[in-house]
Amino acid sequence: MALLQIAEPGMSAAPHQHRLAVGIDLGTTNSLVATVRSGMSVVLSDENGRPLLPSIVRYSPNGEIETGYAAQAHQCADPQNTVISVKRFMGRGLKDIPHAHEMPYKFIEAPGMVQFKTAAGIKSPVEVSSDILKTLRTRAEKALGGELVGAVITVPAYFDDAQRQATKDAARLAGLNVLRLLNEPTAAAVAYGLDNASEGIYAVYDLGGGTFDISILRLQKGVFEVLATNGDSSLGGDDFDRRVFCWVLEQATLTPLNANDTRLLMAKAREVKEELTYHPEVRFTSMLSTGEMVDLKITSVILAEITHSLVQKTLAPTRKALRDAGLSAENIKGVVMVGGATRMPHIQQAVAAFFKQEPLTNLDPDKVVALGAAIQANVLAGNKSDDEMLLLDVIPLSLGIETMGGLVEKVIPRNATIPTARGQDFTTYKDGQTAMSFHVVQGERELISDCRSLARFELRGIPPMVAGAARIRLTFQVDADGLLSVSAREQTSGVEAAITVKPSYGLSDDQITDMLAASRDYASADMLARALKEQQVEANAILAAVAAAIEADGALLTPEESAAIAASQSTLLKTLAGIDHRALKAAVEGLNHVTESFAARRMDNSIKKALTGQKLADIAS
Amino acid sequence: MIDFSKNHFALFGLEPAFQINLARVEQSYRDIQAQVHPDKFSHASPAERRLSMQWSTHVNEAYQTLKQPINRARYLLQLHGVDTQEETNTAMPAAFLMEQMEWREAIGEAKDAADAIELDHLGGKLRKAMHQLQEDLAQHLDQQHDFASAAEIVRKLRFFDKLREEINDALETLEA
Repeated sequence: MALLQIAEPGMSAAPHQHRLAVGIDLGTTNSLVATVRSGMSVVLSDENGRPLLPSIVRYSPNGEIETGYAAQAHQCADPQNTVISVKRFMGRGLKDIPHAHEMPYKFIEAPGMVQFKTAAGIKSPVEVSSDILKTLRTRAEKALGGELVGAVITVPAYFDDAQRQATKDAARLAGLNVLRLLNEPTAAAVAYGLDNASEGIYAVYDLGGGTFDISILRLQKGVFEVLATNGDSSLGGDDFDRRVFCWVLEQATLTPLNANDTRLLMAKAREVKEELTYHPEVRFTSMLSTGEMVDLKITSVILAEITHSLVQKTLAPTRKALRDAGLSAENIKGVVMVGGATRMPHIQQAVAAFFKQEPLTNLDPDKVVALGAAIQANVLAGNKSDDEMLLLDVIPLSLGIETMGGLVEKVIPRNATIPTARGQDFTTYKDGQTAMSFHVVQGERELISDCRSLARFELRGIPPMVAGAARIRLTFQVDADGLLSVSAREQTSGVEAAITVKPSYGLSDDQITDMLAASRDYASADMLARALKEQQVEANAILAAVAAAIEADGALLTPEESAAIAASQSTLLKTLAGIDHRALKAAVEGLNHVTESFAARRMDNSIKKALTGQKLADIAS
Repeated sequence: MIDFSKNHFALFGLEPAFQINLARVEQSYRDIQAQVHPDKFSHASPAERRLSMQWSTHVNEAYQTLKQPINRARYLLQLHGVDTQEETNTAMPAAFLMEQMEWREAIGEAKDAADAIELDHLGGKLRKAMHQLQEDLAQHLDQQHDFASAAEIVRKLRFFDKLREEINDALETLEA
């Protein structure tokens, strides 16, 4: 039975209902879900009290899907159908995956992103990730006793647009409303900074199971400003396991391994690596399916030797991040260590030597990201009108466009604070040219072939003119999730084309809706009910938002505007009583439309208030 | 619609000038973002969410413009109707071009010798040279209002920016 909670006197009895929101750390090796309860960020454990969910999914021929420890138990017996470290495949093609040929999966090449052929059918990394997220969502809804209003999902800071988009798609496919994609090191900084009331410039060194991030942040009075970020989206604890595995193959003369034994030795390599954090010497023993016995002694000195180059590989991005921030190691007040791999003593020593100070390890490196994400989710869900907390993050990689000769013209530089937008003008190169195609890429190199292709699109219907006469303005907009949308407009004729940059695997909104409909969770009969419910949530949200806005700044409205808004409000309220989700959507849009100029004036006002040094809170009180 | 016509200085409550109180710009930037950032509007109406993104984007742009001396000078000149002609005007003084060639040679030699210490040293020297040019900019822009000379300094700074990139690229290659 759940314990009844009693609030501290004067603290609770909230005027409005607490909205259930969670932070999710979708990790390479393990995933976690956390929430803020009674003002404290806590990780939610499973029914057996285990906080971590191994990021492993197994697909059985009968369609059964197992996740976490249940899937882990079968990983050596059924490696083909048990997907581990799926995060490494997000937004990636087969050619991008190191050591793919040694993996037990049956890969299927698909545009933009590789897929797995499992006993339960073809699965994309997005679907596999969404199965992990569904498990966490179920865990959270059980623990919190209700439906979630939304979730903050963390991503490696160095994830590119395709990887971010894939993560967001996975969350939506799991039926989660994504409040924000949050960079993992930033989430860690929030948890650490708020916990320790830290001020100054900090580095977050985040070595996860499959990704490495380094972020340099300035912490000041609840503002977390990322100055620069860098990393390697395919470097993590997995690579250390692999080095141990390769060392074992070298030491023990074994007949060629089958897939089961490979997975067995990899799993053992991870175990042994983790034990070496606490013991100077560990035995590596395994019985293979061939009857061969592996029995070796490995020491922490050997581990440090065979993984030395991996540790060094994290320092190059660290130097780059410092240089981009215009700082040197001496300027860093503290180094926060994140990710299970940072438990390894030789990593802590290397980081200490680089920054000339002991790194901060007082928070659990497995949990700190989820805890920070939960704090952000709580604020975004509107449970806390925390005027003080503000996260200013950056994009990790430059965004550009292909120009003549296979070169890249950078439009938005790396480490630009988001949201950000930039326009770039182009023109036609042939007389009478009526169409133009654009190729959007991400990366730092000058040659198109060295950058990651994000999307291609065309602007058609340009009126025929002489070469060089057309003025095509391309606008890149990166939102607060770090996701890019691009629009093109011919200035003289007004012809426009716009796309949300969807990586080449291209799950459209419709496709996601279809996939949701096809999944067992949402039988088609429920679809209408669900659409209606979503609109009702939306309608209630806008009614509340408008009412709050009028209460705060109603004085900015003319009587005519007040009347128009009131009419729209009552239309929406009436429609809300019905069951037509399309009519409801129209009424929501109606109210949205009549409040647009009011919203603009409120925004101007709040900027004025900010400049006169007054906080909204002071004015309200 | 949003009034984007206000210049970046006015947005942060400042008079247009090259020499500005950067601490004040930073503080205003944070105060304004605290009001307009999309995180503050996650449960607002779609109209407010869109405005918030536009404003937050605009404030980031303004901040980057004022924070970087070269961007600030270029913007200030633009406000005075002076185009810095960085792409079109390549007629630089001969002495300056000679100096640039010497820089390039020094960087190239350090690069070929894989000498990170020398590259760091050159980077420091470069920062000093750029700092001197920025002081000159302040003179020409704020005191003498000599915009033609200021525009030439901006063009010079662009050359130095390229040198800085070259040093950084060389260091990155050495570190990899």
